[in-house]
Amino acid sequence: MSLSYEEAKKVVFKGMIILGVVTLMEVSIALLGNGHMIPGFHLHKWIMYPAMILLSMYKAYFIVYEFMHMRYEKRTLAISVLVPTMLLIWAIIAFLQEGNDWNNRRQYIELVSSEGYKKEMLEKENKLPDAGTIKVEEAGAKENDASSH
Amino acid sequence: MGTDTYTQDSHTAEETGKQLWEGGKSPFGTSYGKLMMWYFLLSDAFTFAGFLIAYGALRFSVPTWPLPDVVFSTAPFGLEHKPLIFVTIMTFVLILSSVTMVRAVQEGHKENRRGVVKWMILTIVGGLSFLSCQAWEWTNLIKNEHMSLTTDPFGTHVYDGVYLNDDGTDAKKEDGTIDAFTAGHTYLIHKHDGEWHKRKFRITEGDLKGQIAQESFGPKAFGALFFFITGFHGFHVFSGVCFLTIIMLNAAGGLYNKRKNGYEMVEKIGLYWHFVDLVWVFVFLVFYLL
Repeated sequence: MSLSYEEAKKVVFKGMIILGVVTLMEVSIALLGNGHMIPGFHLHKWIMYPAMILLSMYKAYFIVYEFMHMRYEKRTLAISVLVPTMLLIWAIIAFLQEGNDWNNRRQYIELVSSEGYKKEMLEKENKLPDAGTIKVEEAGAKENDASSH
Repeated sequence: MGTDTYTQDSHTAEETGKQLWEGGKSPFGTSYGKLMMWYFLLSDAFTFAGFLIAYGALRFSVPTWPLPDVVFSTAPFGLEHKPLIFVTIMTFVLILSSVTMVRAVQEGHKENRRGVVKWMILTIVGGLSFLSCQAWEWTNLIKNEHMSLTTDPFGTHVYDGVYLNDDGTDAKKEDGTIDAFTAGHTYLIHKHDGEWHKRKFRITEGDLKGQIAQESFGPKAFGALFFFITGFHGFHVFSGVCFLTIIMLNAAGGLYNKRKNGYEMVEKIGLYWHFVDLVWVFVFLVFYLL
């Protein structure tokens, strides 16, 4: 199972090259995608981001399996350490979704509290036959009354 | 610790799943100390994941976020507008120190005291270099760019527009072209003599075309997230350097030659040190690349 000393030394050298090259690839994708390398050339986020995430996952896999020797440990150890991290898949999906919802609500609140939106709503109300008493000019002063109708 | 019998060499025999759990030996085929180091690292991974996921949730909760290739574009020796170069160097430093750590562990398996000490010293040098780089990065952000826990001077444009001079005319760049920008462009608000200088601009597209507006600060949480997450990682590097130093001195004193489990302490601190590198992979991805 374990590698001989000479084989292990080779893995270390290989690891250094792999991690270095993958890091350079990631940075190149970031710089190329954001238009720093070729003027006027950009990559779409949906190409850049998955590529950089996959390369990082590969680096993480290499560090855990070769440098931290997980490849040479018993399967039971690998399972008991690695399987719990799968919970993070749920956490990432749930919390990014949540953050996105905060953004939507914040924008909704900004929209309904803007002056233009209030006027529009009041004008609509004025067109109703029994709501003709409220004038748009007075709306600012009667804000609280109007919103409670 | 000297009574550990489950060193790495003791689980070479093939065992069936049932035999593993019959007692009398570690079903994980490793010593108690190493197993607990793995579980500590697992719990630490959840702590870091919690921080990075909080970063993600807050980033998704605001309309704009400063672009990392603008925020992190300064390097020592007067280098400016060199996006991500300095942080790439920091990453290489950490990778190299991980490599020297693997070599120290391998020499430990051979019970080669001098080899262990040599490679551990190089690892410590790597860790200290990384910390120095981080100290420079923080100093630059705090002193020159005036980022703080509650103020993010890096804002991002929502509309295309043109910068204006104080008298209301279109501003020109140094080369004489009009100083225009597009939506999504990140800018730094400068601070002179304690005063923020927010530049005025005219919007040139969309519903608000023609309106005059002023630069505004970026998302408030950015500074706190940056300083806490990179700071927490830096604190791990710092504690790692302290433990590496202690274990290196023990090894140099010949302590591990006398132990039954040999240089296992070097393996344990090695696991911790690789974990610090592993976390940096994700901090680097989330803060500097995405």
